[in-house]
Amino acid sequence: MSSHLIQATDASFEQEVLNSSLPVLVDFWAPWCGPCRMIAPLVEEIAESHKGQLKVVKMNVDENGQTPQTYGIMGIPTLILFKGGQPVEKVVGFESKAKLLERIAKHV
Amino acid sequence: MDEPRHVAIVGAGPAGLAAAIYAGRGRLSTVVLEKGMPGGQILLTDWIENYPGFPTGVTPFDLMQAFRKQAETFGAEIVSDEALAIAGSDGAFVIRGHNGEYRARAVIVATGSAYRRLGVPGEERLTGAGVSYCAVCDGSFFAGRDIAVVGGGDNALKEALFLTRFAETVTLIHRRAGFRGERIYQERVAANAKIRVLLETVVCTVEGQAKVESLTLRNVKDDTSSTLPVSGLFISIGTRPRTEFIKGFLELDEWDQVKVGGDMRSSVPGVFAAGDVSDACPKQVATAVGTGVHAALSVQEYLARLS
Repeated sequence: MSSHLIQATDASFEQEVLNSSLPVLVDFWAPWCGPCRMIAPLVEEIAESHKGQLKVVKMNVDENGQTPQTYGIMGIPTLILFKGGQPVEKVVGFESKAKLLERIAKHV
Repeated sequence: MDEPRHVAIVGAGPAGLAAAIYAGRGRLSTVVLEKGMPGGQILLTDWIENYPGFPTGVTPFDLMQAFRKQAETFGAEIVSDEALAIAGSDGAFVIRGHNGEYRARAVIVATGSAYRRLGVPGEERLTGAGVSYCAVCDGSFFAGRDIAVVGGGDNALKEALFLTRFAETVTLIHRRAGFRGERIYQERVAANAKIRVLLETVVCTVEGQAKVESLTLRNVKDDTSSTLPVSGLFISIGTRPRTEFIKGFLELDEWDQVKVGGDMRSSVPGVFAAGDVSDACPKQVATAVGTGVHAALSVQEYLARLS
């Protein structure tokens, strides 16, 4: 699966996400995960429609173990919205685009 | 607004894509609405070994990509949108989505099904913190742990077997005295030393502060309760049809499945249903395909009668 979105790693997470001036939506995913593949196009659409308001970052949990552990992630896809370095919304599993937008709208 | 299409297919799982292949080959202008990614619920499983034509098995992802490609080859347009409402009648339907409206002379509802929740205390709160509905997605988070699977169908047995790759032990909990799943999976479960089976047992609560720590179980035969310490609970108790957007528009059965006739027609002339969402489809990829094809052929007959 290709994605033009920023791929965060354990090493870059602080810089890319926690220190970001914009709110950041992080998509924790893995290549073997069907629902991650289902939600990926929605995440990309949101990145496109919220340009300049929201940063969207993907993190492959297969390659990065530390950050998912820090945020207690035991299921994917998990989307977490960070604002000022703090998680403010968390969505586990596939959600419809309408529901995702509703959650994001509260913070962006 | 665009010209009405011949047919709008809602859902791009096995049923919807099979219908799209036949509709496209029938030279019908065909739009397929998909709210996520083409493939559907089957993408939650790791491996398909009972779909005819693949003697060594196939990944659901590869199979569904091939379906999609074949549908597009024959002219079906797959759009990323979710159907929110449907209106209209015989020969003139409008489906409202997030991104626009889709007009079509006939409709095939192939929205499939979503997993069912147990509905016990702690389940929702701990979803993503040890409670999971997708072993393929989340199994690797439970390496070396003790976990449980609840359910008794094909999928529960498959998930239990799959999870033994990671978990130290898997307790398979089922409320009935015997499993419903394919015999071949039952044999594999019985032969797997990592799997312990608890029959006639139900999960009453999921316990844990920040993540799953234990389950409270009840034996339904002698009505005794027990506690099972686990760090994960995988719930695989079947599915419920996705019929929210058509509720009240066409007739559903007591399980919320679309009632269909022998030719896959629903209670509304011009609207057909196929796959898991219909009451005519055992939950298998092959039967979803069969009903999808049948629905597309019925649409062609219906349109021929209209004109």
